[in-house]
Amino acid sequence: MKLLRQRETLLALVILASIAVIATRFPAFVTPHNLANVFNDTSPLILLAIGQMIVILTKCIDLSVAANLALTGMVAALMNGAGVPLPLILLTVVALGAVLGAVNGLLVWKVGIPSIVVTLGTMTIYRGVIFLMTDGKWVNAHEMTDAFKALPRHVILGLPVMGWVAIAMILIFAVVLTRTALGRAFYAVGGNPHAAVYAGIDVGRTQFWAFVISGALAGLTGYLWVARYAVAYVDVAGGFELDVVAACVIGGIAIAGGAGSIWGALLGALFLGVIKNALPVVGISPFWQMAISGTAIVLAVAFNAAQSRPKGRIILREASQ
Amino acid sequence: MQPVLRLRGISKSFPGVKALSDVQLDLYPGQVTALIGENGAGKSTIVKVLTGIYQPDAGTIEIDGRAARFPSADAAAQAGVTAIHQETVLFDELSVAENIWLGHAPRGRFGLINRAAMRDGARRLLDGIGAKIDPDARLGDLGIASRHMVAIARALSIEARVVILDEPTAALSHKEIQELYELVETLKAQGKAILFISHKFDEIFRIADRYTVFRDGQFVGEGAMAEVNEGQLVQMMVGRSVDQIFPVRDRNIGAPVLTVSGYSHPTEFADIGFTLHRGEILGFYGLVGAGRSEVMQALFGITTPSKGACKIAGQVRVIRSTAEAVEAGIVYVPEDRGRQGAVKGLPIFQNVTLPSLGAVSRAGFLRMADEFSLARDYTQRLDLRAAALDQDVGLLSGGNQQKVVIAKWLATKPRVIILDEPTKGIDIGSKAAVHAFMAELAAQGLAIIMVSSEIPEVLGMSDRVIVMREGRIVDEVAGDRMTPETLVRAAAGLAVAA
Repeated sequence: MKLLRQRETLLALVILASIAVIATRFPAFVTPHNLANVFNDTSPLILLAIGQMIVILTKCIDLSVAANLALTGMVAALMNGAGVPLPLILLTVVALGAVLGAVNGLLVWKVGIPSIVVTLGTMTIYRGVIFLMTDGKWVNAHEMTDAFKALPRHVILGLPVMGWVAIAMILIFAVVLTRTALGRAFYAVGGNPHAAVYAGIDVGRTQFWAFVISGALAGLTGYLWVARYAVAYVDVAGGFELDVVAACVIGGIAIAGGAGSIWGALLGALFLGVIKNALPVVGISPFWQMAISGTAIVLAVAFNAAQSRPKGRIILREASQ
Repeated sequence: MQPVLRLRGISKSFPGVKALSDVQLDLYPGQVTALIGENGAGKSTIVKVLTGIYQPDAGTIEIDGRAARFPSADAAAQAGVTAIHQETVLFDELSVAENIWLGHAPRGRFGLINRAAMRDGARRLLDGIGAKIDPDARLGDLGIASRHMVAIARALSIEARVVILDEPTAALSHKEIQELYELVETLKAQGKAILFISHKFDEIFRIADRYTVFRDGQFVGEGAMAEVNEGQLVQMMVGRSVDQIFPVRDRNIGAPVLTVSGYSHPTEFADIGFTLHRGEILGFYGLVGAGRSEVMQALFGITTPSKGACKIAGQVRVIRSTAEAVEAGIVYVPEDRGRQGAVKGLPIFQNVTLPSLGAVSRAGFLRMADEFSLARDYTQRLDLRAAALDQDVGLLSGGNQQKVVIAKWLATKPRVIILDEPTKGIDIGSKAAVHAFMAELAAQGLAIIMVSSEIPEVLGMSDRVIVMREGRIVDEVAGDRMTPETLVRAAAGLAVAA
């Protein structure tokens, strides 16, 4: 635990240092207003990273989050066009996202297909469903009601609602992960599935709930995304699932499962968010952004490997006979 | 006759365990030497030394009278030593020929693998040992006996001079065993020196020319099979100095807690029945693979028996999951701590509370203070040595990890606790602590099942001992009959001594 905390402190320091460097040349970047914007801009990534982190804790991966987001976002936009009231739309997107996550979870739990294969499949299927629903047509800003578009952008205490939603979810899932039996089960299942079985924890069911949570968060983000950018189409958030996984990896969530904290996921997302927002300000091509994110991932994984490497050589894993 | 392979003064220690201490071993060309010893005698370790997996701390290895060193598995293979293991290490997805030649395939032009030569060579080797196997078959499609044949063909392909057969018949049918015996005769005729490791006396007497006996990592004796009988071998295996002291217990055995009758499983065990009482320690002895752990896993709901009934405190219970077992008051401390016991990455206190989360929650939320006090309570009773309870359990020593796992189960307040090899691979000091604690639990009225392959531990701790062999109970031993000879004979399938 101590190591993890140290690691998160380190990542926070890296983020603060980057902001400080940027501030020396572009003081406008560090105004509270702009920082709030950066945070708000990173909120979808944070929301999906929370869900992804839980899935990764259980030794799985969810590649379908961005497709889930696009599909639920499209459904939200279409419902809005049909005159459905906003609260009902919100309920529907969360429920639909959870159902899409549950499909992944059931295939992993009951059919026993590796999660990377399941979600690679559903990722394509969910985007395909959008195409079938719309024939590839876009839903544009003028086809959305003002109330629908205004909610995520409504500013409270200097931060738009979308940012507040991210903060609320971080707090809720911090409690779920550290203070509930389900949260503990996520860690136990990923840390040692065999021991979890012996302790009376159903590994498959725990993984199922991780996918449901990831799906529900993707559904919620689907509405926020479509409403904020005021457009819905098949390729919304295309490739975004990789940013989400990257945020988790940079945040020190062990890809082998069982280790990591929600603060790591948050910091990993913020790191990518700061880079993405700062590079255009500094005048560096967005293509550098990809290279920098990629480098950060490799460094983070190398750092993880170096830290988890035991001191000294393990000569023997079990006492010999 | 000069031995092909000669080991002298070999010692090997692991933290807390002296696996081999000054042992010797000679293997002669064209002869089968049986290596005999209980579980834990050091047989597997010597095989690993011979095959370059382990480096001995001291001692010499000579091949044809010249000193040799095996710093790697490859070096041992180069020197002509090869082992065929209990579970043969081969590649399911490759063909038979590829398995045989992997790593030393015949090369053709441009250094590419010559597939035709590989296939012909494989066929020649397989024919040589009388195995009718298609060299192009996928290995995964073969049965266990055929896989053994492939492994042996592979051994011959590197022109091995010393062939180690490590419990080769454990998984074979009667007919396959006969074929293996013929194969061993073939290898003998080719002048190979064979080390044959087996627990089965009948096959040792049928096949071996010489024997070497190890006990507790030490060399006990060697000689020709013709000059020894079963009784003398058993005596050599078990005759030991008493070097461990077990706690003296007030035996206060109460009413039956657990009654099992007719427990059967399609493949693992059949017709298991016994009764366990309050305050009793019931030992389960048998060779590795006798089905003891499988019975315990069925009692704990990890597998489901096909037949049979289980009564706990007078009530018939059907246990289909570990959660139901815990609820019925049965807990199981598995043998394989690393895989089945501790969750590395979680701190000690969270490991302890894992099966008791309901007891430390209020309104669905875990209370860390309750978690800490529960964990402190049970780890203190076991005299756990750890810097702090929020330390990662993976940083503890084997003995202390075992204590955390036991504490975890005691915290569920069980009626029956099953300890599978409770002191395997932990140091003497921790062993004594675990034994003392077992005695204390029994004194408090807990019913304990102890699966153990260590005869001193079984005899020193148990009130009664059940001996299993090939999935069945073959003997129940109590009182004066609790002697090493009785246990070893029953487990090996020998006639009960008069």
